[in-house]
Amino acid sequence: MAELKSAELKSAGLSLEPVAGWGRHPVERGAVARPERLQLPPDGRPVLPRGLGRSYGDAAVPAAPGALILETARADRVVAFDRERGTLTCEAGLSLAEILRVFLPRGWFPPVTPGTKFVTVGGCVACDVHGKNHHRDGSFGHFVDRLVLQVADGSVVECGPARERELFLATIGGMGLTGLITEVTLRLQPVESAWMVVETEPVPGLGAMLDGLWDAGKDWPYTVGWIDCLARGAALGRGILMRGRHASQAEAPAGPPPEPRRLAVPFDAPEWLLSPVLMRGFNAAYYWKHAWWKHAWWKHAWWSHARRTPARRTRGAARPVPYHGFFYPLDAIGDWNRLYGRRGFLQYQCVVPRAAGAPAVAELLERVVEAGTASFLAVIKDCGPESDAYLSFPLEGTTLALDLPYRGARTEALVHELNATVIAAGGRVYLAKDAVTRPEDFALMVPRLAEWRKVRDRWDPEHRFRSAQSVRVLGDTP
Amino acid sequence: MKAAVVGATRGMGRALARLMAERGDALVLLGRDAAELEVSARDLLVRGARGVVATARLDLAEPAGFAAALDAADRALAAFDTLVVTAGDFAPQESLERDPARLGRLLDVNFTATAVLCQQAAERLAGRGGGTVCAFSSVAGDRARQSNYLYGASKAGLSAFLEGLHLAYADRGVRVVCVRPGFVKTAMTAGLPVPPFAGEPDAVARVVLRAIDHGTPVVYVPPIWRWVMLAIRLLPHAVMRRVRF
Repeated sequence: MAELKSAELKSAGLSLEPVAGWGRHPVERGAVARPERLQLPPDGRPVLPRGLGRSYGDAAVPAAPGALILETARADRVVAFDRERGTLTCEAGLSLAEILRVFLPRGWFPPVTPGTKFVTVGGCVACDVHGKNHHRDGSFGHFVDRLVLQVADGSVVECGPARERELFLATIGGMGLTGLITEVTLRLQPVESAWMVVETEPVPGLGAMLDGLWDAGKDWPYTVGWIDCLARGAALGRGILMRGRHASQAEAPAGPPPEPRRLAVPFDAPEWLLSPVLMRGFNAAYYWKHAWWKHAWWKHAWWSHARRTPARRTRGAARPVPYHGFFYPLDAIGDWNRLYGRRGFLQYQCVVPRAAGAPAVAELLERVVEAGTASFLAVIKDCGPESDAYLSFPLEGTTLALDLPYRGARTEALVHELNATVIAAGGRVYLAKDAVTRPEDFALMVPRLAEWRKVRDRWDPEHRFRSAQSVRVLGDTP
Repeated sequence: MKAAVVGATRGMGRALARLMAERGDALVLLGRDAAELEVSARDLLVRGARGVVATARLDLAEPAGFAAALDAADRALAAFDTLVVTAGDFAPQESLERDPARLGRLLDVNFTATAVLCQQAAERLAGRGGGTVCAFSSVAGDRARQSNYLYGASKAGLSAFLEGLHLAYADRGVRVVCVRPGFVKTAMTAGLPVPPFAGEPDAVARVVLRAIDHGTPVVYVPPIWRWVMLAIRLLPHAVMRRVRF
């Protein structure tokens, strides 16, 4: 029985509140505990750990109305730090934002970072997040030396690459379903400054984009492409290719970069605002907010210019830019998820193997472009070899991420169509962003799912750790 | 600043200790759970504490041990100049009504023990030329409300005590800061419905630290609560009886 009675709630110091992922769909009421010490309730009750709630879909949404959510963000103490090697041990609720604030001035940067810094270390492990450097460095889990978990029976287990290896591999990318991650030891990467050297280049179509990513990946630690989803036909896949690396001490301006100004979205956007023209206008306005973005956009937004002079490699801003503008452009807008209106949105992210190549990516883009109102911008990246972790998302090939405003059955149908293409190509979707994928489709995407289930069943035979997502995708009892 | 902090492992105390450590204050963390104190001390050190960070045992339920704890703080910091007490007890009104022992414990910790500790520290500071005593009371002590007057009474007592301490020791160089938080989103208030004007621990800690630096006798956090409480204090009894907030 997952649901808590109201008297129980009160005596446990809990309240029932609506819980959703960053996409704001779906929403379920849960009993949210926000302890400073991470500990499972002794009564064996089902529970779902949740970090800062930046996964998009239903990964951190209660499995049933009133189910218990353990929010970890208050357990954010640093336990130890090795100044020579940059090895950090911390409680699972410590955020990347806090790591950047404390350790970047001392020359240490997260080894892997997703597109927002408002994520917890525990969440990064549970989703095995990847960043713009996946083609070179792999995902977050590669940099984790040790995890401390409180498993379903209440006992505390330490695991790592050489210790309880199976539990370790099931936990990385395991969406918080193997146990409560309480402590993480990870290796930070040394950097010489908080500035980035970034080059941007307009590319006229998908082929050029894929080639560009591949070429850039040989020399640059960070690569990413932005695709204009309103372009069709020969221009399909046109966009901007970005390459970045940490600036050396000599290249960096004196002193740390200025703190980003934070805007906030004060209310849910009405749906008419999502019409393509207005949305595009918003995107442009947003870019103008940032000096270097302004520069890049001003030079390259005129697509015809790019088409007329395909041979000329237009170089973007050569002067270093602040790290946050490169890694976290959207963090500058608080609650930007409200821009998609009250009904929320799905983010669709998939990866297709290199063998499937451009045709598969083109098919996905075409479907999205056909759907018209679906997405305005897609992010495209190269991924390196897949990790040993059973449920880890990335595999060697191309990943595509799109925002889809949630419009009920229509949007879900689009996702199922996209999934069919992904399955045919031998790819998979990212659970941290998924809210729709059917269990039979997911099973086809993840060949190691059975292995993962075996490990999970050993440590949590009754599936004490469960989420709306695990109910949907893995068939857990709500 | 050389501060002894009671309650630095959790909530507002944790946020405040981080601010103080990062700007270079020397700290002694006082509390009853040695392991917790150790983790918090290490957290502060790794985050870049530029002064001393030490720990010593103090249990608010055992006033007999206060002198020893203050001695330990003095030894670690070569005489502390500031005492901060953020620790306190809290329980919902119903459980206090039901359980007299629980009520007694709460009154003891929030009023008796805190007053004894602050009095002792003030005397000690006055003896060596002055310093600051800062304790966390609550807006709940400003006006009794039917929905939480038991907790409120413990804090009303503490507020009155701190005001008196401020008056009595001002001439001897001891400054007393009475912090009156409204609703702050910490573990203590988890599960309570969040009212308007609720504050975050970090923002609150910044305001409190400024008050400690300036020796402000009474500080409301978030600051809007000064005006909210002014309005509530002005409500006549008849109105207070009818509005059940």
